[in-house]
Amino acid sequence: MKDPYEALGVERSASLDDIRKSYRRLAKKLHPDLNPGNKKAEEQFKEVAAAYDLLSDADKRARFDRGEIDASGAERPRQRYYKDFASEATGHPYADASGFEDFAQTDDVLSELLRRHEHARANMPGPDRHYQLAIDFLDAVNGSTIRLGLPDGGALEVKIPAGIEDGQVLRLRHKGGPGLGKGKPGDALVEVSITPHRFFTRHGDDIHVELPITLTEAVLGGQVPVPTPSGPVMMRVPKHSNTGSVLRLKGKGVRRHGGAHGDELVQLKVMLPPAPDAELDSFVSGWVGGKSYDPRRDMQP
Amino acid sequence: MMTISRQEFMLRARLDQATLTAWIAEEWLVPHSAAAEPEFTEVDVARAELIRDLKEDLDVNDAGIGVILSLVDQVHGLRRTLAELLRDMRERPGELRTRPRDALE
Repeated sequence: MKDPYEALGVERSASLDDIRKSYRRLAKKLHPDLNPGNKKAEEQFKEVAAAYDLLSDADKRARFDRGEIDASGAERPRQRYYKDFASEATGHPYADASGFEDFAQTDDVLSELLRRHEHARANMPGPDRHYQLAIDFLDAVNGSTIRLGLPDGGALEVKIPAGIEDGQVLRLRHKGGPGLGKGKPGDALVEVSITPHRFFTRHGDDIHVELPITLTEAVLGGQVPVPTPSGPVMMRVPKHSNTGSVLRLKGKGVRRHGGAHGDELVQLKVMLPPAPDAELDSFVSGWVGGKSYDPRRDMQP
Repeated sequence: MMTISRQEFMLRARLDQATLTAWIAEEWLVPHSAAAEPEFTEVDVARAELIRDLKEDLDVNDAGIGVILSLVDQVHGLRRTLAELLRDMRERPGELRTRPRDALE
């Protein structure tokens, strides 16, 4: 640490007023905020400020003069200077880059670079990236997590919410293109297409399925297993159920917003046995009632 | 950047309400004022320190403070632009890097 009198350029006998004047003169020249980027000035200012702190305090000055304390440790505690913030990017209201405007207009190299850096300076968020993802019908109904391989070799973990609809776009925050400067990455937009299921179809929140039943089940009724998106369940087919009858399985459809579920609608389809059956043939040929109803009555022109 | 409430700002910048009001009116300080209460940041604290240095240590009068702040901000704008320009040129291969130099030769 330099001798404080020397730092301020004053005599040891200088009055407080002289000391203050000298400090002001030097501070005007050396203040770090008036000399941004000038390390030497900043170091010198520190010495001057510490010297002023010591010598402007009559008590401290007397103790220093008597040799009781030295000039060290007197450094002025200071938070960061304004320049430390102002030199950073433009995230504050005082930024002013108007000082280049005139010659940017006349120099195309400079204006081109300025234009580009204008962009970078804006800390632009990254671009959104668009992806398409085909998912299974059941993954769409039940929800799932799918890894989406990216062209650049990376992968995206896509959480499919239960009940997602065909064509819906999932927005993955900040998984898109990288941002400029301090800009955040863009989003990944994943458009979901749902591949059709072999026997389920979806109508809003309801699942439709066509369920083949035997002639016996149709006539006499009974318990039959029915597939649903969440697994098979047993369903009671009432007596005398016909092809086209629709039975409703409550809550076995697609999850709605808020947690409730749609229904599964089961349309029955009566199936004769795949191979001819002599017993059935002989029964039907002797069955009088089989000739006494007309299922095509409504189709008369 | 973290925001600082008016109270905390006044405490840290050692300002009373009348001084703060005056400095904002002079536009020496421009706090973020979208919310009901103005919000300050570390930049404002450092700027208030600078204003205090100018007034108290350097004996600058009020008219001079506005001029100095404006020039200081312009210097920072130019320094930042120059820094980014240089970085931009360094990162850019070939033509753009050499063109300004060629133009000088």
